[in-house]
Amino acid sequence: MSTLGELERAVMDALWDADGSLSAYDVQHTLEAEGRTLAATTLLTVLSRLEKKGFVASDRSSRPHRYTAVASRADHVAELMHSVLGDAGDRTAVLERFVGGVSAEDAAVLRRLLGGAG
Amino acid sequence: MPGLLISVDHALADSGMAGALVIPHAVVIVAAVVFGVIAVALAWPVPVILSRATWPMRAPVMALLLWQVIGLAGGLSMIGALALAGYAALPQHPWLAPIPAVLFTVYLLTHLAITVVQVTRLRHRHLALLEMLTSPHPTRARTRVLEDAVPVAYCLPRGARSVTVLSQGLLDRLDADELVAVIAHERAHVEQRHDLLLLAFRAWRSALPWFPIAARAEVEVAALVEMLADDHARREVHDEVLARAILQVGASGVPGADQPVSGSMRVSDRFRRLAG
Repeated sequence: MSTLGELERAVMDALWDADGSLSAYDVQHTLEAEGRTLAATTLLTVLSRLEKKGFVASDRSSRPHRYTAVASRADHVAELMHSVLGDAGDRTAVLERFVGGVSAEDAAVLRRLLGGAG
Repeated sequence: MPGLLISVDHALADSGMAGALVIPHAVVIVAAVVFGVIAVALAWPVPVILSRATWPMRAPVMALLLWQVIGLAGGLSMIGALALAGYAALPQHPWLAPIPAVLFTVYLLTHLAITVVQVTRLRHRHLALLEMLTSPHPTRARTRVLEDAVPVAYCLPRGARSVTVLSQGLLDRLDADELVAVIAHERAHVEQRHDLLLLAFRAWRSALPWFPIAARAEVEVAALVEMLADDHARREVHDEVLARAILQVGASGVPGADQPVSGSMRVSDRFRRLAG
């Protein structure tokens, strides 16, 4: 049994790989080709969840409805990395990073420790 | 001022109960000034002195506790000073006198609420991106792997549902021991709920951006929290291993990593304490 998160990722991958928009039926087919059989209702739930999150747009004027990814995978990765590496003020409140950039002097302090330890 | 004391005794004796005790106006004024002085001291010189002290790098737990006391006492003394000043200025209007204090309290609580909502929303968006872009770590629970060459490790705090994120670049770069150090560090953040501390001080700064109590406190608390997490990691690995991990991640010079943020006194302290 796949989790909802996994299904969302699989659906997004299908939309990203597609040229242009896909119907729910197309998505179902793509996933089936990957060995993932999905009930139509489940797929529609996943699609509407993704739409609510703002990752997918749907064209409801056509029958059947057609779905597209709002932004490319690379754009979303860029957004994610920006929130990890970017503006310190926002970041410290949202997530806690192991270490940011280390200044040259601080790096020297650490290297001295490592040098001393042999 | 014996006359004043006697009149207080009289007032107490006449009323026959403590609840109806009338506090002399002079006492209210003196108390307002005392609270005001405490509030100013906690908002300005005390945080400046503490942020310049060198002992916090040796006792980060104590320093963190002190910052919380300063923040809390600072806020309460400001509210107290306003309330007393209100009563000193308008002794005839017991309904109007507390209004400044009440407004200030509402102002602080509003900033806290706004900060909580903002941060929660940002975390929610971040989590949605993580679910879409990262895959679960094959062996570690609540850990996700981000396909990116930049070495990063962080946690997204959400109480029991916190997520630790490791980039592929980090996994490629660190050896097993160094990875243990990174994960122990991040787990400390999650287990000790450092996010709540950071949230409280962020709210403080957004409410009073022009006071050292708020701006300094946020930077200091953020750095102290890193020291605590380092101490957690040092229980599992040698200092050298942690230092190596920090260098691998922080001084990697990978394009896309941000400019060095260390160099401030407390961040440098974090590294100096590893070097003994």
